[in-house]
Amino acid sequence: MSEHAHEHPNYIKIWAVLVVLLGISVLGPLFGHPVVTLVTAFGIALVKAYLVAKNFMHVNVQKRFVAYMLLTCLVFMALFFFAAAPDVMKSEGNNWYKPEAQWQAGAGTSEGHGDH
Amino acid sequence: MRPIANTRSAAGIPTGRLAVWWVVASEIVIFGGLLASYVMHRLAHPAWAEQAMHTNVWAGGFNTLVLLTSSLSAVLAHKAAEEGDGPKAARLLGYTMLGGAMFVVVKAFEWTAEIQAGYTITSSTFWSFYYSAAGLHGLHVIGGVVIMGFVAAAARRNEELHRVELIGIYWHFVDIVWIFLFPLLYIAK
Repeated sequence: MSEHAHEHPNYIKIWAVLVVLLGISVLGPLFGHPVVTLVTAFGIALVKAYLVAKNFMHVNVQKRFVAYMLLTCLVFMALFFFAAAPDVMKSEGNNWYKPEAQWQAGAGTSEGHGDH
Repeated sequence: MRPIANTRSAAGIPTGRLAVWWVVASEIVIFGGLLASYVMHRLAHPAWAEQAMHTNVWAGGFNTLVLLTSSLSAVLAHKAAEEGDGPKAARLLGYTMLGGAMFVVVKAFEWTAEIQAGYTITSSTFWSFYYSAAGLHGLHVIGGVVIMGFVAAAARRNEELHRVELIGIYWHFVDIVWIFLFPLLYIAK
Protein backbone atom coordinates (compact mmCIF):
# COMPACT_ATOMS: atom_id res chain seq x y z
CA MET A 1 0.00 0.00 0.00
CA SER A 2 2.81 2.38 0.66
CA GLU A 3 6.51 2.79 0.23
CA HIS A 4 7.31 1.76 3.77
CA ALA A 5 6.06 -1.38 5.43
CA HIS A 6 4.04 -0.42 8.47
CA GLU A 7 1.53 -1.84 10.85
CA HIS A 8 -2.11 -0.96 10.38
CA PRO A 9 -3.51 1.09 13.23
CA ASN A 10 -6.68 0.04 15.04
CA TYR A 11 -9.13 1.49 12.52
CA ILE A 12 -12.22 0.83 14.62
CA LYS A 13 -10.71 2.78 17.51
CA ILE A 14 -9.95 5.71 15.19
CA TRP A 15 -13.50 5.57 13.83
CA ALA A 16 -14.83 5.65 17.40
CA VAL A 17 -12.74 8.75 18.14
CA LEU A 18 -14.09 10.38 14.96
CA VAL A 19 -17.68 9.63 16.00
CA VAL A 20 -17.10 11.12 19.47
CA LEU A 21 -15.60 14.23 17.83
CA LEU A 22 -18.64 14.43 15.53
CA GLY A 23 -20.90 14.36 18.58
CA ILE A 24 -18.94 17.20 20.18
CA SER A 25 -19.05 19.24 16.98
CA VAL A 26 -22.85 18.88 16.85
CA LEU A 27 -23.49 19.52 20.55
CA GLY A 28 -20.90 22.28 21.10
CA PRO A 29 -22.72 24.98 19.09
CA LEU A 30 -25.91 24.33 21.10
CA PHE A 31 -24.32 26.37 23.92
CA GLY A 32 -24.65 29.40 21.67
CA HIS A 33 -21.24 30.80 22.56
CA PRO A 34 -19.32 31.96 19.45
CA VAL A 35 -15.91 30.83 20.72
CA VAL A 36 -17.22 27.42 21.75
CA THR A 37 -18.90 27.08 18.34
CA LEU A 38 -15.69 28.05 16.54
CA VAL A 39 -13.62 25.52 18.46
CA THR A 40 -16.09 22.64 18.50
CA ALA A 41 -17.25 23.02 14.90
CA PHE A 42 -14.22 24.20 12.96
CA GLY A 43 -11.38 23.22 15.31
CA ILE A 44 -12.70 19.69 15.55
CA ALA A 45 -13.22 19.57 11.77
CA LEU A 46 -9.48 20.14 11.38
CA VAL A 47 -8.72 17.36 13.87
CA LYS A 48 -11.13 14.97 12.13
CA ALA A 49 -9.61 15.76 8.72
CA TYR A 50 -6.12 15.17 10.13
CA LEU A 51 -7.14 11.79 11.60
CA VAL A 52 -8.71 10.66 8.32
CA ALA A 53 -5.75 11.85 6.20
CA LYS A 54 -3.16 10.28 8.48
CA ASN A 55 -4.83 7.01 9.43
CA PHE A 56 -7.18 6.22 6.55
CA MET A 57 -5.39 7.83 3.60
CA HIS A 58 -1.94 7.04 5.06
CA VAL A 59 -0.53 10.35 3.87
CA ASN A 60 2.21 10.11 6.49
CA VAL A 61 3.73 6.98 4.93
CA GLN A 62 3.57 8.13 1.30
CA LYS A 63 6.54 9.57 -0.54
CA ARG A 64 7.31 12.99 0.86
CA PHE A 65 6.44 14.75 -2.41
CA VAL A 66 2.81 13.64 -2.08
CA ALA A 67 2.44 15.76 1.06
CA TYR A 68 4.27 18.63 -0.66
CA MET A 69 1.92 18.36 -3.65
CA LEU A 70 -1.16 18.53 -1.42
CA LEU A 71 0.27 21.36 0.67
CA THR A 72 1.07 23.35 -2.48
CA CYS A 73 -2.59 23.15 -3.49
CA LEU A 74 -3.63 24.31 -0.01
CA VAL A 75 -1.22 27.24 -0.30
CA PHE A 76 -2.79 28.20 -3.64
CA MET A 77 -6.19 28.05 -1.98
CA ALA A 78 -4.98 30.37 0.78
CA LEU A 79 -3.43 32.68 -1.81
CA PHE A 80 -6.75 32.87 -3.62
CA PHE A 81 -8.56 33.61 -0.38
CA PHE A 82 -6.29 36.40 0.80
CA ALA A 83 -6.08 37.94 -2.66
CA ALA A 84 -9.82 38.00 -3.23
CA ALA A 85 -11.16 38.46 0.30
CA PRO A 86 -10.43 42.20 0.63
CA ASP A 87 -12.44 42.92 -2.49
CA VAL A 88 -15.32 40.70 -1.43
CA MET A 89 -15.40 41.65 2.24
CA LYS A 90 -14.83 45.42 2.09
CA SER A 91 -17.11 48.00 0.53
CA GLU A 92 -14.47 50.73 0.27
CA GLY A 93 -10.71 51.25 0.28
CA ASN A 94 -8.16 54.04 -0.14
CA ASN A 95 -9.07 54.93 -3.71
CA TRP A 96 -12.11 52.86 -4.41
CA TYR A 97 -15.58 52.08 -3.22
CA LYS A 98 -18.47 49.90 -4.26
CA PRO A 99 -21.39 52.04 -5.39
CA GLU A 100 -23.74 49.11 -4.88
CA ALA A 101 -22.73 48.77 -1.22
CA GLN A 102 -23.27 52.51 -0.64
CA TRP A 103 -26.64 52.34 -2.30
CA GLN A 104 -27.60 49.43 -0.06
CA ALA A 105 -26.41 51.31 3.02
CA GLY A 106 -28.53 54.27 1.96
CA ALA A 107 -31.50 52.01 1.47
CA GLY A 108 -30.99 50.58 4.94
CA THR A 109 -30.12 47.10 3.69
CA SER A 110 -26.40 47.09 4.49
CA GLU A 111 -24.83 43.69 5.10
CA GLY A 112 -27.49 42.25 2.86
CA HIS A 113 -30.14 39.69 3.40
CA GLY A 114 -28.28 36.92 1.72
CA ASP A 115 -29.86 37.79 -1.59
CA HIS A 116 -26.92 39.35 -3.41
CA MET B 1 2.72 -5.35 5.22
CA ARG B 2 3.72 -6.23 1.68
CA PRO B 3 3.05 -3.73 -1.09
CA ILE B 4 0.28 -4.90 -3.38
CA ALA B 5 0.46 -2.30 -6.12
CA ASN B 6 2.75 -2.52 -9.11
CA THR B 7 5.89 -0.41 -8.89
CA ARG B 8 6.36 0.88 -12.41
CA SER B 9 7.01 4.55 -12.12
CA ALA B 10 9.90 6.93 -12.54
CA ALA B 11 8.61 8.77 -9.48
CA GLY B 12 9.13 5.73 -7.27
CA ILE B 13 5.44 5.48 -6.59
CA PRO B 14 2.96 3.16 -8.32
CA THR B 15 1.47 4.85 -11.36
CA GLY B 16 -2.15 4.39 -10.35
CA ARG B 17 -1.62 5.75 -6.87
CA LEU B 18 0.30 8.75 -8.21
CA ALA B 19 -2.63 9.47 -10.53
CA VAL B 20 -5.09 9.33 -7.63
CA TRP B 21 -2.97 11.73 -5.59
CA TRP B 22 -2.98 14.12 -8.55
CA VAL B 23 -6.77 13.84 -8.68
CA VAL B 24 -6.94 14.60 -4.96
CA ALA B 25 -4.60 17.59 -5.39
CA SER B 26 -6.77 19.01 -8.17
CA GLU B 27 -9.89 18.41 -6.10
CA ILE B 28 -8.35 20.39 -3.24
CA VAL B 29 -8.18 23.39 -5.56
CA ILE B 30 -11.73 22.86 -6.84
CA PHE B 31 -13.40 22.42 -3.45
CA GLY B 32 -10.93 24.75 -1.76
CA GLY B 33 -11.80 27.58 -4.14
CA LEU B 34 -15.50 27.00 -3.67
CA LEU B 35 -15.28 26.86 0.12
CA ALA B 36 -12.90 29.84 0.31
CA SER B 37 -15.40 31.85 -1.76
CA TYR B 38 -18.19 30.79 0.56
CA VAL B 39 -16.20 31.70 3.68
CA MET B 40 -15.28 35.19 2.47
CA HIS B 41 -18.87 35.93 1.42
CA ARG B 42 -20.25 34.49 4.65
CA LEU B 43 -17.89 36.64 6.75
CA ALA B 44 -18.90 39.70 4.75
CA HIS B 45 -22.61 39.00 5.21
CA PRO B 46 -23.49 38.01 8.79
CA ALA B 47 -27.15 38.08 7.74
CA TRP B 48 -26.58 34.78 5.96
CA ALA B 49 -26.85 33.14 9.39
CA GLU B 50 -30.58 33.68 9.08
CA GLN B 51 -30.60 31.58 5.89
CA ALA B 52 -28.39 28.91 7.43
CA MET B 53 -30.93 28.45 10.24
CA HIS B 54 -33.03 26.49 7.77
CA THR B 55 -30.47 23.76 7.05
CA ASN B 56 -31.11 20.49 8.88
CA VAL B 57 -28.18 19.93 11.27
CA TRP B 58 -29.39 16.45 12.26
CA ALA B 59 -29.57 15.28 8.64
CA GLY B 60 -26.10 16.73 8.04
CA GLY B 61 -24.78 15.11 11.22
CA PHE B 62 -26.27 11.74 10.31
CA ASN B 63 -24.71 11.95 6.86
CA THR B 64 -21.35 12.77 8.45
CA LEU B 65 -21.67 9.61 10.56
CA VAL B 66 -22.56 7.62 7.44
CA LEU B 67 -19.52 8.90 5.53
CA LEU B 68 -17.14 8.32 8.46
CA THR B 69 -18.44 4.75 8.76
CA SER B 70 -18.11 4.19 5.01
CA SER B 71 -14.51 5.38 5.26
CA LEU B 72 -13.94 2.78 7.97
CA SER B 73 -15.18 -0.03 5.72
CA ALA B 74 -13.10 1.37 2.83
CA VAL B 75 -9.88 1.27 4.83
CA LEU B 76 -10.73 -2.21 6.17
CA ALA B 77 -11.24 -3.27 2.53
CA HIS B 78 -7.78 -1.91 1.77
CA LYS B 79 -6.35 -3.98 4.62
CA ALA B 80 -8.15 -7.09 3.38
CA ALA B 81 -6.81 -6.48 -0.14
CA GLU B 82 -3.29 -6.20 1.22
CA GLU B 83 -3.77 -9.55 2.90
CA GLY B 84 -4.83 -10.98 -0.46
CA ASP B 85 -8.44 -11.59 0.56
CA GLY B 86 -10.27 -10.20 -2.48
CA PRO B 87 -13.78 -11.46 -1.59
CA LYS B 88 -13.56 -9.86 1.86
CA ALA B 89 -12.31 -6.60 0.33
CA ALA B 90 -15.22 -6.70 -2.14
CA ARG B 91 -17.71 -7.25 0.68
CA LEU B 92 -16.30 -4.33 2.66
CA LEU B 93 -16.37 -2.12 -0.42
CA GLY B 94 -20.02 -3.14 -0.74
CA TYR B 95 -20.65 -1.69 2.72
CA THR B 96 -18.93 1.51 1.64
CA MET B 97 -21.14 1.68 -1.45
CA LEU B 98 -24.16 1.15 0.77
CA GLY B 99 -23.00 4.10 2.88
CA GLY B 100 -22.61 6.25 -0.23
CA ALA B 101 -26.11 5.29 -1.41
CA MET B 102 -27.54 6.08 2.03
CA PHE B 103 -25.82 9.47 1.98
CA VAL B 104 -27.43 10.33 -1.35
CA VAL B 105 -30.88 9.15 -0.23
CA VAL B 106 -30.72 11.27 2.96
CA LYS B 107 -29.53 14.20 0.87
CA ALA B 108 -32.46 13.71 -1.53
CA PHE B 109 -35.00 13.83 1.33
CA GLU B 110 -33.24 16.86 2.79
CA TRP B 111 -33.24 18.78 -0.48
CA THR B 112 -36.86 17.85 -1.17
CA ALA B 113 -37.91 19.34 2.17
CA GLU B 114 -35.86 22.49 1.57
CA ILE B 115 -37.16 23.01 -1.97
CA GLN B 116 -40.74 22.46 -0.79
CA ALA B 117 -40.11 25.13 1.87
CA GLY B 118 -39.14 27.51 -0.92
CA TYR B 119 -35.36 27.43 -0.56
CA THR B 120 -34.05 26.79 -4.06
CA ILE B 121 -30.71 27.41 -5.75
CA THR B 122 -31.94 30.82 -6.91
CA SER B 123 -33.44 31.92 -3.58
CA SER B 124 -30.29 33.69 -2.39
CA THR B 125 -26.52 33.57 -2.65
CA PHE B 126 -26.36 31.43 0.48
CA TRP B 127 -28.62 28.81 -1.07
CA SER B 128 -26.67 29.01 -4.34
CA PHE B 129 -23.51 28.14 -2.42
CA TYR B 130 -25.34 25.48 -0.43
CA TYR B 131 -26.70 23.63 -3.45
CA SER B 132 -23.51 24.10 -5.49
CA ALA B 133 -21.13 22.83 -2.78
CA ALA B 134 -23.34 20.01 -1.51
CA GLY B 135 -24.35 19.10 -5.07
CA LEU B 136 -20.78 18.95 -6.34
CA HIS B 137 -19.87 16.84 -3.33
CA GLY B 138 -22.87 14.60 -3.94
CA LEU B 139 -21.75 14.03 -7.54
CA HIS B 140 -18.37 12.94 -6.20
CA VAL B 141 -20.11 10.49 -3.87
CA ILE B 142 -22.15 9.04 -6.76
CA GLY B 143 -19.06 8.82 -8.98
CA GLY B 144 -17.11 7.11 -6.20
CA VAL B 145 -19.85 4.54 -5.67
CA VAL B 146 -20.00 3.69 -9.39
CA ILE B 147 -16.21 3.27 -9.69
CA MET B 148 -16.16 1.30 -6.44
CA GLY B 149 -18.63 -1.14 -8.00
CA PHE B 150 -16.14 -1.97 -10.77
CA VAL B 151 -13.25 -2.25 -8.30
CA ALA B 152 -15.29 -4.53 -6.01
CA ALA B 153 -16.33 -6.74 -8.92
CA ALA B 154 -12.68 -7.30 -9.84
CA ALA B 155 -11.63 -7.72 -6.22
CA ARG B 156 -14.23 -10.46 -5.76
CA ARG B 157 -12.26 -12.43 -8.39
CA ASN B 158 -9.00 -11.55 -6.60
CA GLU B 159 -8.01 -9.33 -9.53
CA GLU B 160 -6.47 -5.83 -9.48
CA LEU B 161 -6.47 -5.71 -5.69
CA HIS B 162 -4.25 -2.61 -5.66
CA ARG B 163 -7.22 -0.63 -6.96
CA VAL B 164 -8.96 -1.11 -3.61
CA GLU B 165 -6.43 1.24 -2.05
CA LEU B 166 -6.79 3.75 -4.88
CA ILE B 167 -10.56 4.09 -4.66
CA GLY B 168 -10.13 4.23 -0.88
CA ILE B 169 -7.85 7.28 -1.11
CA TYR B 170 -10.45 9.03 -3.26
CA TRP B 171 -13.28 8.06 -0.91
CA HIS B 172 -11.46 9.32 2.19
CA PHE B 173 -10.89 12.64 0.43
CA VAL B 174 -14.61 12.90 -0.31
CA ASP B 175 -15.15 12.22 3.39
CA ILE B 176 -12.72 15.02 4.35
CA VAL B 177 -14.52 17.49 2.08
CA TRP B 178 -17.78 16.72 3.86
CA ILE B 179 -16.06 17.10 7.25
CA PHE B 180 -15.53 20.77 6.30
CA LEU B 181 -18.84 21.27 4.48
CA PHE B 182 -20.81 20.09 7.49
CA PRO B 183 -19.80 22.87 9.94
CA LEU B 184 -19.77 25.51 7.19
CA LEU B 185 -23.27 24.81 5.88
CA TYR B 186 -25.06 23.27 8.86
CA ILE B 187 -23.48 24.35 12.13
CA ALA B 188 -22.42 27.97 11.60
CA LYS B 189 -25.79 29.63 12.16
